[in-house]
Amino acid sequence: MTSPTKNRPPSNKRWIVTAIPYVWMLFFFLVPFFIVLKISFSSSMIAQPPYVPVFDPFGDAWSETLEKLGTLTTDNYLRLVQDSIYVSSYLSSLWIAGSSTVMMLFLAYPIAYGMARAPKSWRATLVMLIILPFWTSFLIRVYAWISILSEEGLLNTLLTSFGLIDEPIQILSTNTAVYIGILYSYLPFMVLPLYSALEKMDDSLIEAAKDLGCTNIQAFWRVTFPLSIPGIIAGCFLVFIPAVGEFVIPDLLGGSETVMIGKTMWEEFFNNRDWPAASGVAIVLLVVLMIPIIIFQTSQARQQEAGR
Amino acid sequence: MRRFSLFNAVSLTLGFAFLYLPIVLLVIYSFNAGRSVAVWGGWSTQWYGSVFKNGQLLDAAWITLQVGFLSASVATVLGTMAAIALARHGSFVGRTVFSGMVYAPLVMPEVITGLSMLLLFVSINVDRGFWTIVLAHITFTMCFVAVVVQSRLASFDRSIEEAALDLGCTPFMTFFRITLPLILPAVISGWLLAFTLSLDDFVIASFTTGPGATTLPMKIYSDVRLGVKPEINAVCSMMIAVVTVIVIISSIMTKRQEVERERAERMAATTP
Repeated sequence: MTSPTKNRPPSNKRWIVTAIPYVWMLFFFLVPFFIVLKISFSSSMIAQPPYVPVFDPFGDAWSETLEKLGTLTTDNYLRLVQDSIYVSSYLSSLWIAGSSTVMMLFLAYPIAYGMARAPKSWRATLVMLIILPFWTSFLIRVYAWISILSEEGLLNTLLTSFGLIDEPIQILSTNTAVYIGILYSYLPFMVLPLYSALEKMDDSLIEAAKDLGCTNIQAFWRVTFPLSIPGIIAGCFLVFIPAVGEFVIPDLLGGSETVMIGKTMWEEFFNNRDWPAASGVAIVLLVVLMIPIIIFQTSQARQQEAGR
Repeated sequence: MRRFSLFNAVSLTLGFAFLYLPIVLLVIYSFNAGRSVAVWGGWSTQWYGSVFKNGQLLDAAWITLQVGFLSASVATVLGTMAAIALARHGSFVGRTVFSGMVYAPLVMPEVITGLSMLLLFVSINVDRGFWTIVLAHITFTMCFVAVVVQSRLASFDRSIEEAALDLGCTPFMTFFRITLPLILPAVISGWLLAFTLSLDDFVIASFTTGPGATTLPMKIYSDVRLGVKPEINAVCSMMIAVVTVIVIISSIMTKRQEVERERAERMAATTP
C-alpha cells in the first residue's frame, strides 16, 4: 500500500504546465504584435535599426521617453489611405482570396463527398493521400506549376502538339496562374474539414429522406448539404485567411498585374527597407482579418469543447 | 448503405490527378538528361550528381535539418504542455487569450508572423541567424503540435488518469506512466509535423534569418527566381521523398495504434 501522505488532491504544481507555453506564446507571439504596432507609428530612417524613435526602457530618462513618444506619427497610415497601391492591394487580395475560396468549394466538395462514400477500408488511405501534398513544401508545389504553365512549358507544348492552339498562350505571370496556385496549394485545407463533416453523417437520414419520397438530388440538398455546413465554414476560413496574405504564390506565379498585399508588404520590407510602412501594412491586414480569425477560433474552440 | 457512384469515382480520380500530376511531373523531369524542364531528352541521374557536388545546397540542407530537428523537439514539449493545459486544466485565468494564441498561428498569414518575430528580435537586440530561425519555428510549429495532441487527449478515457491519481500517483507520475504512453503516437505525429513544417518553411525563415544562415527553401527560392533548372527538380524530389517516408511512418503508427486499441477493447469486452 502507498503511504497516505501521497494521497493528496492534484492541484499543487499543475500551473507550471500551463505557465511555460503560456509565457512562451505571450513573449514570442503576442508581444511582437505590440512591437509591430509601435513601429507602424515610427518614421523610416537610414540607420540600424531603420526606424526612429528607438525606445530604451533602461537607458532613457522619463523626459527622453516622453520626447520620443511625441515623435510617433500616423504618417504610415495616412500613406496607406492616400497611395492607391495599398488600397488596391488590399482589395485585390480580398477579391482573389474570396473568389478562389468559392471556386475551391466547388472543386473540393465532390472530392470530399467521394471520399466519404468510398468503401471504409479505402478511407484512411484516401485521407493520407490528401494530406501528403500538404506536408510537401509550399514552395515545391508552386515551383512544380512554373514548369507546367510557362510559355515553353508542358501545358503549352501539349496544347500546341494537339493543334488546339497555334502559338503558346501566356498563363504564367498572370492572375490565372495565381488562381491555379491557390486552388492547388490550399485544396487539402478545404477537403479535410468537408470530409470529416460528411464522414460523420448518419446514412439512415438519407434512407429516411428517400423513404419519404425525396429524389437523390433532393435528399442531397435537404439532408447532406445542411449537415456539412460546419465543414464548409471551417474549410472556407482555413483557405481564405492565409490566402489573403499569401506571398509565395503571387510572387512566383503572378506577374505585374498581380497586386496582393503580402507581396506589397514583402517588397516594402525587403526591397525598400521601409520597416515602418511594412508594419503599417501588417497591422491593417491584421485588422481586416481579425473578424474572420476570431470567428474561426471560437468555432474551433467550441468544437474542441464538444469533443471533450 | 452508402453507394459509391460513378460520379464519386470520377471526382476522386480527377481530384487526385490534379493533386499529384504536378508533383509526379516534377519528379520525372528531375531525371531528364536535357537542361529543359519541358522537352524530354532521355533518362539521366546527372542532376542528382550535381546536387551532391553543390556545396551551397548541401550547406543549406544541413542547416535546414538542424533547425528542423531542434525546433521540432522543443515545439513538441511545449505543444504537448499547451495541449494538456487546454484539454485537462479546465478554466484558468486567461484561458481565452491562451487558446487564441494557440489557434491563431494556424491561420495567420506567414508574412505577419515573420515580420512580428523579426521586429521582436531586433528590438531585444539579438543577433539574427540560426537561433532566431529556431525560435521562430518553435513558436509557430508548437501550435500544430498542440492541436494534434489535444485531439488525442480529448478522445481518451479520463477515468484511467483519475484512477491513477486515486491510487496515489502524483500528477507528475500519472502523466509519465499513464497519459504519455497513451498519447505517444499523437506526440510523435506532432513532432513529425513540426519537423516537416520547419523543413518546408520559407517565409518565416526569410524574415528571421541573418547573415550565414540560409535554409534550403531560401536557397531554392533564390534559384527559382533565376529560372527553372533540373537541378532544382532533383533537390525538390529528394525533399518530397523524405517527407513521403515521414508521412508513411506516421500513418502506419496511427493505424497500428488503432488496431491495438480495438483489440484491447475487444479483450475488455470478452473478459468476464
